[in-house]
Amino acid sequence: MMIKTAQQLEKLRKECIAETDKYPKKVMVCCGPGCLANGAQKVSDEFKKQLKKKRIKGFSVEAMKETGCHGFCEMGPLVVIEPDQTFYTKVKIGDVEEIIEESIRKENVIERLLYTDPNTDKKIEKYSDIDFYAKQERIALRNIGHMNQCDIREYIALDGYKALAKSLTKMKPDDVIEEVKKSGLRGRGGAGFPTGRKWAQCAKIDDWPHYVICNGDEGDPGAFMDRAIMEGDPHSVIEGMIIAAYAVGAHEGYVYVREEYPLAVVNIQKAIDQAREYGLLGANILKSGFDFDIKVSRGGGAFVCGESSALMKSVAGEVGEPRAKYIRSVVKGLFDKPTVLNNVESFANVPVIISKGGKWFAGIGTPKSTGTKAFSLVGKVRNGGLIEVPMGTTLREIIYDIGGGILDNRPFKAVQTGGPSGGCLPDSKLDLEVDFDTLTEAGSMMGSGGMIVMDDHTCVVDVAKYFLSFLVDESCGKCVPCREGLYQLHALAVAISEGRATEEDLDKMEQLSEMIVIGSLCGLGKSGPNPFLSTIRYFREEYLAHIRDKKCPAGVCRELIRYDIMADKCDGCMACLSVCAQHAITGKKGELHIINQDKCDKCGACYAVCTRDAIEIT
Amino acid sequence: MKHDFSKLQEIFDKYPKTPQSLISVLQDIHKEYRYLPCHALEETARVLDVPLSKVFSVSTFYNAFSLTPRGERVIRVCTGTTCHIRGANQILHQLEELLNIKAGETTEDLKFTIEVVACVGACSMAPVVIVNDEFRGGVKVSDAKRLTK
Ligand SMILES: Cc1cc2nc3c(=O)[nH]c(=O)nc-3n(C[C@H](O)[C@H](O)[C@H](O)COP(=O)(O)O)c2cc1C
Ligand code: FES
Repeated sequence: MMIKTAQQLEKLRKECIAETDKYPKKVMVCCGPGCLANGAQKVSDEFKKQLKKKRIKGFSVEAMKETGCHGFCEMGPLVVIEPDQTFYTKVKIGDVEEIIEESIRKENVIERLLYTDPNTDKKIEKYSDIDFYAKQERIALRNIGHMNQCDIREYIALDGYKALAKSLTKMKPDDVIEEVKKSGLRGRGGAGFPTGRKWAQCAKIDDWPHYVICNGDEGDPGAFMDRAIMEGDPHSVIEGMIIAAYAVGAHEGYVYVREEYPLAVVNIQKAIDQAREYGLLGANILKSGFDFDIKVSRGGGAFVCGESSALMKSVAGEVGEPRAKYIRSVVKGLFDKPTVLNNVESFANVPVIISKGGKWFAGIGTPKSTGTKAFSLVGKVRNGGLIEVPMGTTLREIIYDIGGGILDNRPFKAVQTGGPSGGCLPDSKLDLEVDFDTLTEAGSMMGSGGMIVMDDHTCVVDVAKYFLSFLVDESCGKCVPCREGLYQLHALAVAISEGRATEEDLDKMEQLSEMIVIGSLCGLGKSGPNPFLSTIRYFREEYLAHIRDKKCPAGVCRELIRYDIMADKCDGCMACLSVCAQHAITGKKGELHIINQDKCDKCGACYAVCTRDAIEIT
Repeated sequence: MKHDFSKLQEIFDKYPKTPQSLISVLQDIHKEYRYLPCHALEETARVLDVPLSKVFSVSTFYNAFSLTPRGERVIRVCTGTTCHIRGANQILHQLEELLNIKAGETTEDLKFTIEVVACVGACSMAPVVIVNDEFRGGVKVSDAKRLTK
């Protein structure tokens, strides 16, 4: 199937819409990363198996789809019946037959599988009525959850490649750039650089060829928006890239995908092959005289390769070491040629901007940060998952209205954004409107969109130590401030967590941080001290508790805590005894257990398995 | 260890024989042998015309590569931020104690390898453990025993 003109594309679109409308009812089985980890594949296979055997009027196995991440991962595996939006949560293999018989063959809703609103205790039938979805606005994630993971025909039915046809046939490259500029789109990879400006700079450099790269490295631990897009709707990224290439005159592009995301690698490649087969990639696309093709490049599991200059080195088959910032990628990028590098989510927004207009996009969000932003809302939050909200939504709305508040009703302590380059914000900042600038002012960062909620059982010293240790591991070692500075900063954080530090060490850490920020070569080092700086800014008391009182108030830092079994609560179930790797726990069945403090290595396994809350941390 | 190196040629033939293919070739070799055998690195250097030192530098730079053989069952514990605050370390600790190896090591009988990975993008299911490519969410300390059986 080769599409040669825009008219043929429109004709095909009609066919594709007819195909998707063939069956009035559709069953969407979410096969996003969260649901898969909970056994969604087995549920989906069971659906296929049973549907192949059963005969149901007006329904067929073709109307069952394996979709990308629907978002509400905490409740997975999810099964949605469209167009009624009936929303089944935590579906197991055993529920499949009942769903087929009751909700597909008949029109009944299975109460047991519905979501229960924790505030009202009422069952909710449609997903759009659930707070988690009601407060969202989806642009980058528009198709995910509504179609088979990567199927070009379904993408076309959902207005896919319409923006491409419009760009190639009705707009000049400069018009495309102008439209993106008008939209105010800022890069979703973290730094928030205006995308239109980047394209304009690259387009006017007279040194050929030009390249377009999509950054799908998503190295921030705790973030999975880009994964969801690459797996669930890769065509939107590819369409965005082709439009970008047309705008800047590039004929070759790369998608750089983390190899920890095997399904994303497969789906992106599949989507590229489909697009090529349909003539949407390759020579003379839609008879416009414009040629473009894309290759996939797999990352090797190095966080620093998310940085643009390091990424380009990696695409070239080399060690991913960044270079100094003053050499700009739009001038000298991949193979030293002008290159536009954008994040996955940035590209996914582009087709919508072209279709609906830059002005429309600029009307969403805040004046300086337009549009929406996808976040992975995770950690100690009740309704975690993949969300997308207009810029300017407050942290409180995100965590409490969408996220349903803190897990087990514990007190909120902090929210971490921006990954290892970002910081932790306390409850006094909950009413902050989330956009690029407010977060940076508050000492954190938008980052790529990981949002990790922490409760009173999370220790900020431990969090700072965690990120520093991550960065020490991931620092490429090219520049001294980052390689040695972060190392020392980490050593001091360890000293605090072990009760060996003095208050002067805190001053040292602050000075050292300043030096690292000024002296490092790339963003990894420059923003590396942020997790420390933001926690010391908002949680100095907690640091002092470790230093002065030798206590970890959250009960996390091993050297400063002890575990004890409370006599009045222990029923001698032996659960703790059997997981204790140090054999530090003694006691007979039905009798009180005791922890031998000399043997205990404070691993916390006993605390994790005790179902009677009989283990106390002091 | 003895390996059948006849597969190498197939891998080389998939890519243009230029230095740019280095990482892709190493990834495929790693997939085939579950680590990067010394002989394969030498062959790669020769075929792609890259200095062996550079092949070595790339193989040690990227976390995805291992220069020592890995076990039949690779248990990867996610220690990304979300998994970390939801207790990944306790699971890791338990596995290390049970198998008597540290993260990054392989048991002598080549049955098990423990590795850590910083976020696999399934954070809502934290803590996550991946056993040879199969994701397990909401893992508990008490599950460790089963993972090592
Ligand atoms: C250490 C480091 C890691 C980064 N990791 C990523 C990443 O995983 N994904 C990403 O899109 N951008 C990442 N970036 C930002 C990129 O350098 C670059 O700014 C971005 O991809 C540009 O795309 P955008 O303008 O569309 O955001 C990282 C930057 C640094 C310094
Ligand atoms: S932090 Fe473990 S999957 Fe993201």
